[in-house]
Amino acid sequence: MSDKNIIEVENVSFDYISMDEDGKETGRTQVLKNVSLTVPEGQFLAVLGHNGCGKSTLAKHLNAILYPTEGKVTVAGMNTTDEDKIYDIRQTVGMVFQNPDNQLVATIVEEDVAFAPENMGVPQPEIRQRVDDALKQVDMYEFREHAPHQLSGGQKQRVAIAGVIAMQPRCIVMDEPTAMLDPKGRREVMNTIHTLNREKGITVVLITHYMDEAAQADRVVVMDGGKIIMDDIPKKIFSQVRKLKSVGLDVPQVTELCGELRDKGVDISTEIIHEQECAEALYRLTQGRNAVIPPKQETAQPDDRPVVLRGEKLTYKYSIGTPFEKTAVDNVDISIRQGEFVGIIGHTGSGKSTLIQHFDGLVKPTSGTVFVDGTDIWSKDVNIRDIRFKVGIVFQYSEHQLFEETVAKDIAYGPKNMGLSDEEIDKRVKQAAESMDITHLLDRSPFELSGGQQRRVALAGVLAMDPEVLILDEPAAGLDPKGRDKILTQIKRYHEQYGKTILLVSHSMEDIVKYAGKVLVMNKSRLFCYDTVDRVFGRTEELAKIGLDVPQITRMSHILKTLGTDIGSDIYTTERAAERLLPLISH
Amino acid sequence: MIKDITIGQYFPGKSVIHRLDSRVKLVLDLLYLVILFTAQSYTGLMLGMLFMVLCYILAEIKLVMILKSIKPILPLMIFTGILNLFFVKGETPLFQWQFIAIYPEGVDTALFMLIRVITLIVGMSLLTYTTSPIMLTDAIERLLSPLKKIHVPVHELSMMMTIALRFIPTLVEETDKIMSAQKARGAELDTGGFIKKAKSLIPVLIPLFVSAFKRANELATAMECRCYHGGEGRTRLKVMHTAPRDYVAIAVMLALLAAVIVINCFPVLP
Repeated sequence: MSDKNIIEVENVSFDYISMDEDGKETGRTQVLKNVSLTVPEGQFLAVLGHNGCGKSTLAKHLNAILYPTEGKVTVAGMNTTDEDKIYDIRQTVGMVFQNPDNQLVATIVEEDVAFAPENMGVPQPEIRQRVDDALKQVDMYEFREHAPHQLSGGQKQRVAIAGVIAMQPRCIVMDEPTAMLDPKGRREVMNTIHTLNREKGITVVLITHYMDEAAQADRVVVMDGGKIIMDDIPKKIFSQVRKLKSVGLDVPQVTELCGELRDKGVDISTEIIHEQECAEALYRLTQGRNAVIPPKQETAQPDDRPVVLRGEKLTYKYSIGTPFEKTAVDNVDISIRQGEFVGIIGHTGSGKSTLIQHFDGLVKPTSGTVFVDGTDIWSKDVNIRDIRFKVGIVFQYSEHQLFEETVAKDIAYGPKNMGLSDEEIDKRVKQAAESMDITHLLDRSPFELSGGQQRRVALAGVLAMDPEVLILDEPAAGLDPKGRDKILTQIKRYHEQYGKTILLVSHSMEDIVKYAGKVLVMNKSRLFCYDTVDRVFGRTEELAKIGLDVPQITRMSHILKTLGTDIGSDIYTTERAAERLLPLISH
Repeated sequence: MIKDITIGQYFPGKSVIHRLDSRVKLVLDLLYLVILFTAQSYTGLMLGMLFMVLCYILAEIKLVMILKSIKPILPLMIFTGILNLFFVKGETPLFQWQFIAIYPEGVDTALFMLIRVITLIVGMSLLTYTTSPIMLTDAIERLLSPLKKIHVPVHELSMMMTIALRFIPTLVEETDKIMSAQKARGAELDTGGFIKKAKSLIPVLIPLFVSAFKRANELATAMECRCYHGGEGRTRLKVMHTAPRDYVAIAVMLALLAAVIVINCFPVLP
C-alpha cells in the first residue's frame, strides 16, 4: 500500500443475497464483479454509470457500510473488515447521499452538524469549533439555528455536507448529491464540493449521472454491469461518444457537436468538453466567416385551434392574513390551444407548480378565473372532479403515489374513480400501459420495479383517465439519462399519437427544446413570456438575466459570436449548430 | 391545507423564563403541580393562578394564549364539572327535582376542581410555550439519565423523540403531496360516510408508509456513516448550565409552596 492512495479497492466482488424467513439463501445477484480502483489522496474522481450499474454499492464499500464478498478494500491503510477500525474508517471517509431530507437527524441545523462529533465523543468546546467551521465552509453559518424543513434542497444538502466535514474526513464520497436539486441548488452544492477539494485538499469521489459535473473532475471512472469499463481523464472519456451512449450515458453537447463535425470530415479534436475551448476551436476553423441565417419563419396563418386552457388574471396567495403571506401567482393571463406541447420553465418558487395546479382545480385562485374548454371551473354548476378527469396532472416523483398490489390495479384506480365499466377500464389500462411501454409489467407489484419503471406506471395511471390535457411536473427528475430519454420519448409519442395538449415543467432546457413546441416562462410569480421555442430561446440574454440556464450549445454560440463568428442566436441543438457551421468550414 | 398545522407551540423568545435551564423548568413545573394539589382553599389556588399570570407576563406570552390553551380541554372540564355537581352529596340540598339533587358541597367541589384544572393546564402550557421541543427532549433525557443504571434505554427514547420531531414536518408535506396526487386521480378524500372515508384513505396511507420505511432505512445508513453507535461515549454540543436565575426560580417556587401550606393551616377564607 502506498502512502498517497487513500482508497484501494482490490478485486472486489459483491453479491446481494436474498433470504427467506428462516435465513436460508434464496437467491444471489452479483452486483460488483472483480472491481479494482485506487484513489490518490486529493483527487477529484467522478464515477459515472446508469442506475443499477453498481456504483452506489461500490460507494458503500468505501466506508465499511458493506463488506466485499471477495477481495479487499483498504482505506488509509485500514482494511474495512477490521471491526476495531470501523469508526476510524467512517471518520476518514465521510458519505453524503442523494436525498437531503433523509440524512438530517436533528431538528436544528447546528445540532445536526454536531451529530457526528457527538458520536465520536469529541469534547464540547471542540465540537462547537468544528460545527462553526464546518457551517462556514459550506456557507450555511447564518442558518445555524434554522430547522431543516425551512431550508431549500440545496441548503439542506450543504448542511449534510457540513455534517460530514465536522468529522474532519480526508475523503468524502457523494452518491448523486445533486440528483434531487434544482439548477441553483446544484450549482451551490457543486461549488461547495470544489472548494473543499481545492482548498482543503479533501479527496472527493462523486457519483453522478450529470455529465457536466463529471467533466469538472480530475478523473472519470465509468461503470456498467458491476464492472469498471473506462477509467481516464474527462476529455479522453467523453471523446468516446458512441461507447458512452451504448451504456446509457450522455456526453456534453459541445463534445457531441465536435464528434458530429468530425464525422463529416472536419479536422477538430473530439476531446473538447467545455464551451470556451469549443468556441475557440470553431473560431480557428471558421476564421470569422458568418453563417447565413435563414430569416425567421413567422407563422403567417393565425392559429385557429380552440383554446383548451385559459387563465384570466390569475392570482394566488398563500397564508393570507398572516405575516407569511406570499403571492405565488401574480395576475397571470394565459391561453393554451388544443394539441400544443408546452414547456414550462422557471426557478423553484417562481410559481410554476402553483400555476399548473390551477388548471386541475387542485388550487383555487384567490382572484381570477380558470377556464377549461371554455367553462369556468369554479362556477357553481361544475363538478370539480369532472375537471380533474379532463385535465390529468402528474406530480414530481410521481412514483410515490403508487399503492396497489399490481401495476394493472394501480393504473385502474383513476378510471375506477370515474365510474367506468369493467371492460372500459380494462381497455384503458391496456392502452395506457402500451403508451408507457410497461405492458410486460402489468402483473408485477409496483414496489419491486426500478425507479424509471415506477415513474412510467404512475404516468400510465393518469393517462388511463384519458385526459384532454396532460400536465407533467418534472417527469424526469432524478432519473438517469436512459430513464429520462425513455419517459420523455414515450410522452412525445403519446402526444403525436393522440394529439393531446401537454404541459411539461422542466429544469432542463435541453429537454424543453427537444420536445416542446412552445415555452412558458415564469419569473417571480409572474408570466415572463409565452411563445414558440425559437422566439423564447432567442432571448437568451434576458433568460440568463432572470437566472435561467440556457443549453450549453447556446452558451457556446454566444462565446463564438463574441470571438467574431456569428452562427445565429437560435442555436440550441447540436444538429442546427452543425448545419450552420459546416458551410463555413473549408475542408 | 395540512401544512398550516403548527407542530408544538413554542414561541421563541429571550425572556428570563425562556432562558431558564430546561431541566429546572421541567422540575419546577412538576413542583407547581404538587403545589396545586396541596392547595386546599380558593386562596391557595388563587395565589397559584396569580403566580402563573405573572410568569406569563415575564415570559412576554400574550395572556390570550391562556384562553387558547384551555379551549381544547373545555368539553372535558364541563363534563367533570357536571359530574361533580350532581354526584357530590351533602346534607341539605340546594335544589331538588325528583331524583336530581344539587348540594352546596357539589357546587363547591365542581368550582374548585374547575379552577384547579385550569390553573394546571395554564401552568403546563407555559412550559411548552417557552421551551422548544428539542430542549424538552434533552431535559427529559438528562433528568432520566440515572435510570440508565437499571437499563432503561433513556438515550434511545430521546433519540426516537428527536427523529420524530425532525420528520413530522417532512411527512406532513409528503401527505399533502400524496393527497393532491390521488385527488388528481379522482379520489374523494373528504366526502362520504366513515367507512367510505376510511377506505378512501388507503391510497394515501400505503404510499406514506412505504416512503416512511424508505426514509427510515436511508436515515439509518446515514447515521451509521456518521459513526452513530448508541448513547455510549457520546458528548453533546450544548451543555446545560444552571445559572443564578435558576436558583432564584427554585427559591421562588419553594416559597410559593410554603405559602400554600401556611394558607392551608390558617385558612383566611373557607
